[in-house]
Amino acid sequence: MNDLNIYLTVGAILFSLGLYGVITRRNGVAVLMGVELILNSANVNFVAFARFGGMNLSGHIFAMFVIILAAAEAAVALAIIINLYNKFGTVNVDDARSLKQ
Amino acid sequence: MSLSDLTFFFVVALTIGSALYVVTSQKLVYSAMALFFTLLGIAGLFVFLMADFIAGTQIVIYVGGILVLIVFGIMLTNRISDVRLSHTSMQRGVGGVVVLLIFAGLYKMISSAPWYLESASAPESSVKGIGKLLMIEYLLPFEVASVLLLAALVGAAMLSRKSKS
Repeated sequence: MNDLNIYLTVGAILFSLGLYGVITRRNGVAVLMGVELILNSANVNFVAFARFGGMNLSGHIFAMFVIILAAAEAAVALAIIINLYNKFGTVNVDDARSLKQ
Repeated sequence: MSLSDLTFFFVVALTIGSALYVVTSQKLVYSAMALFFTLLGIAGLFVFLMADFIAGTQIVIYVGGILVLIVFGIMLTNRISDVRLSHTSMQRGVGGVVVLLIFAGLYKMISSAPWYLESASAPESSVKGIGKLLMIEYLLPFEVASVLLLAALVGAAMLSRKSKS
C-alpha cells in the first residue's frame, strides 16, 4: 500500500491516542508511555514524508534525532518519577503539586 | 489484494490496536507489554517506508532500551507486595471528546492539504546516505546529541541516587 495519506492517518491516530493517554492517565509512568506514542507518531510522519517526497534522507536523520531525544527524555523522566515515589510514596502526577516537601 | 497489502494492514492493525490498549488498560504491566507491540508495529511501518536503518534503530533503542527502562520504572514505583499493579484514569469522557476533535481536525487537514509528492526509487540501503548526511550536513547536531546524552546520563544518575543528608 503506497499512499502518503494512510501513513499520515496512522500517525494522527497514534498522536491522538498518545495525547489521550497523557491527559487521562494519573500514573507518571503511564503518562510517559503516552509521550512515547506521540514521539513515535511524529517519527512515522517524518519517515513517510521522506519516502514520498523523493526519498529525501533528511527525514530519516530527523527521526533518528527524535529517537535519541526520546531515550534521553525517558531516562530523566523515570529518574524524576522514582524520586517522586521515594519522596511522596506515590507516582500519581496529580499529587505532585509542591516543589518541596 | 496482494500479500504485501495484507501484511501492511496487519501491521497497521497491530500498531493501532495495541496503542489503544496502552492507553486504556487498567493494568500497568499490560500497558507496557502492549507498548512493545506498538513499537514493533511502528518498526514494521518503517520497513514498509524503505527506512531500514530507522527500523533497526527503533527496535534497538525503543524496544531494547526505553521499554526496559519503563518496565524498571513500573517495578520500582509499585510495592511488589501490592498485587494490583493497576492505575486509574480520570476524565475519560472529556479527554476522549477533546482527542476526537483534535483527530478530526488533523484528518481534515491530512485529506485536504496538497502534499508535495515526488516519486523516487528507493535505494538499496539507506545506511550509506544517512551516514553521509550525518557526517557532512548534520555533523553539529550529531555532536550536540552526544553531549545531550551525556548530560541526560549524568542527570539521571544524580537524580535517582539516594541523598545522603
